[in-house]
Amino acid sequence: MNVAAPRSGLMRGLYIGYMLAFFFYLAAPLVAAAIFAFNDSQFPALPWKGFTLDWFFGREEPVIGLFHDRRLMAGLINSLWIGLIVSALAVVIGACNAFLFERKSFRFKSALYVLMIVPLVIPGVILGISILVFSSMIANGVSDAFWWEWDFLRPGVLLVILGQLSFLVTITTLVISARLRKFDIALEEAALNLGASRVRVLATVTLPYLTPALFSGFVVAFLVSFENFNTTLMLVGSDAPLTITMYDRMVKVGSTPVLNAVSVFLMVGSGLLALASVFAQRPRRGEG
Amino acid sequence: MKSSDASRLTLILLFTPFALWIILLVILPQIGVGWLSLREKLGPREYAFGFGNYLDFFREPIYWNTLLRTAWISVLVTILALFIGFPVAWYIAKIARQRSRAALFLMCLIPLWVSDLVRAFGWILLLRETGIISGALQWAGLSSGPVELLYNDITVVIGMVYTVVLFMIVPLVSTLDGMDNALLEAGYNLGGSRLTVFRRIVIPYAMPGIVAGCIITFMLAAGSYLTPILLGGKNSMWFTEQIYEQFVTRYNWESGATFGVLLLVFTSGVVWLGLRLTGQNLASTVAKE
Repeated sequence: MNVAAPRSGLMRGLYIGYMLAFFFYLAAPLVAAAIFAFNDSQFPALPWKGFTLDWFFGREEPVIGLFHDRRLMAGLINSLWIGLIVSALAVVIGACNAFLFERKSFRFKSALYVLMIVPLVIPGVILGISILVFSSMIANGVSDAFWWEWDFLRPGVLLVILGQLSFLVTITTLVISARLRKFDIALEEAALNLGASRVRVLATVTLPYLTPALFSGFVVAFLVSFENFNTTLMLVGSDAPLTITMYDRMVKVGSTPVLNAVSVFLMVGSGLLALASVFAQRPRRGEG
Repeated sequence: MKSSDASRLTLILLFTPFALWIILLVILPQIGVGWLSLREKLGPREYAFGFGNYLDFFREPIYWNTLLRTAWISVLVTILALFIGFPVAWYIAKIARQRSRAALFLMCLIPLWVSDLVRAFGWILLLRETGIISGALQWAGLSSGPVELLYNDITVVIGMVYTVVLFMIVPLVSTLDGMDNALLEAGYNLGGSRLTVFRRIVIPYAMPGIVAGCIITFMLAAGSYLTPILLGGKNSMWFTEQIYEQFVTRYNWESGATFGVLLLVFTSGVVWLGLRLTGQNLASTVAKE
């Protein structure tokens, strides 16, 4: 008998009812966003007019599907490559941070560790404006002093990457540190005793052990980057990523079923990636 | 001597990316915003330094009312998320069987990975005048005409609890998971009632998780942009919207920076107070996976 469970049958029934209601609440808006992507109508609303895939593949006005909508596809591609660059950088810096905080001792370590976590508790909008303000200051400075126009420091892809990187590094650091902490240092020592060089130990013992965490840090960073809105909004230039493009469409054109198609695409894509990262983190056989 | 040189070199190599990241992307930008907030615009290319932008903020009731409103709705959202999330976390960590536990936890996480925008869009489709719930009410004969359920505070709160409740559940589950049921048994055996056991054993044990969840939830709520604006409409009066408006629409960066500093000071103040009152620290709560 589980002591944590309610004792009476009635209470247990109520509890299960509550859980069902909760998951219904979680699912309702996602289902609503998904279902109208397949409705053969100009508006994402009832009544149901029959199943269609036109909002994904349609080519002609007035039904231009997601995959033939030039601006949405451009947004998707921007999101993809911004996400890849940002996550790669975040994993590299995060791995360095993990080794720094797990393996090294130095002065002010605990204070610097808190500083490393701080970006996680700064609202995204503020990270966005701070990067915007700082880079504009530099750009204005070089423009006044040397008459150079550093356009890459004006809102655009580079700033979006820097803005997202400012907090993603914290996330990847935490993911990678968690696994590095569980690593048995005796394995490295054994390899060193057997005559391997430091670099070789790192490449053949430590990094293979860390690979699942590196992968899952990459996926998490990619997903967060892909869906980020608040920080990106302040830094975006002409090459807007998908969430910004979709928001623009929503505000200017109003809701159309093509946005539902985008939603379905995002749900499926991020669901699959998230599952991949969960499975990568799973302990394999023979591993403690 | 040689090995200590090598270890010094690796320390420097590992420290450099950290230092570059934290200084260039976090510390200096924040200082930049602070500096900009102290700069007063007198005329074109004419500036003075002082607290004028802050005085403007306090002189204009609409600004500080917006901040207060953001604050209390965020607190409300945090409390609601705790009360809604705790039973769910308890069920996942303590009641569900080993197998269904992982599945339930994953089900909680899936909406986490869907963009805020998609969730807000889903709520719009459900709640607007031509939406599903309005249609269902008319169909059931409970209402004679279309019902507009968007653009009010209750909707904003519901939508925000939805976006943040998962961040409450995750730390709660990981804390409660570590609690041994023997603690509960011991409590009951010593004659404690359900309430006493809950109050004296469960809550103190879960405190790090509760604090971590509340901090993240509060930060996300106070810093959120999409949900209040899309569900609250034009009159949502949300502070991040003011910041955006100052920066982008009015191009008044000085006052936008001032608002940014105020929001940051305010949210960090609440976080600090929460940590202080519960005797926790940032590293042990937020960073604990």
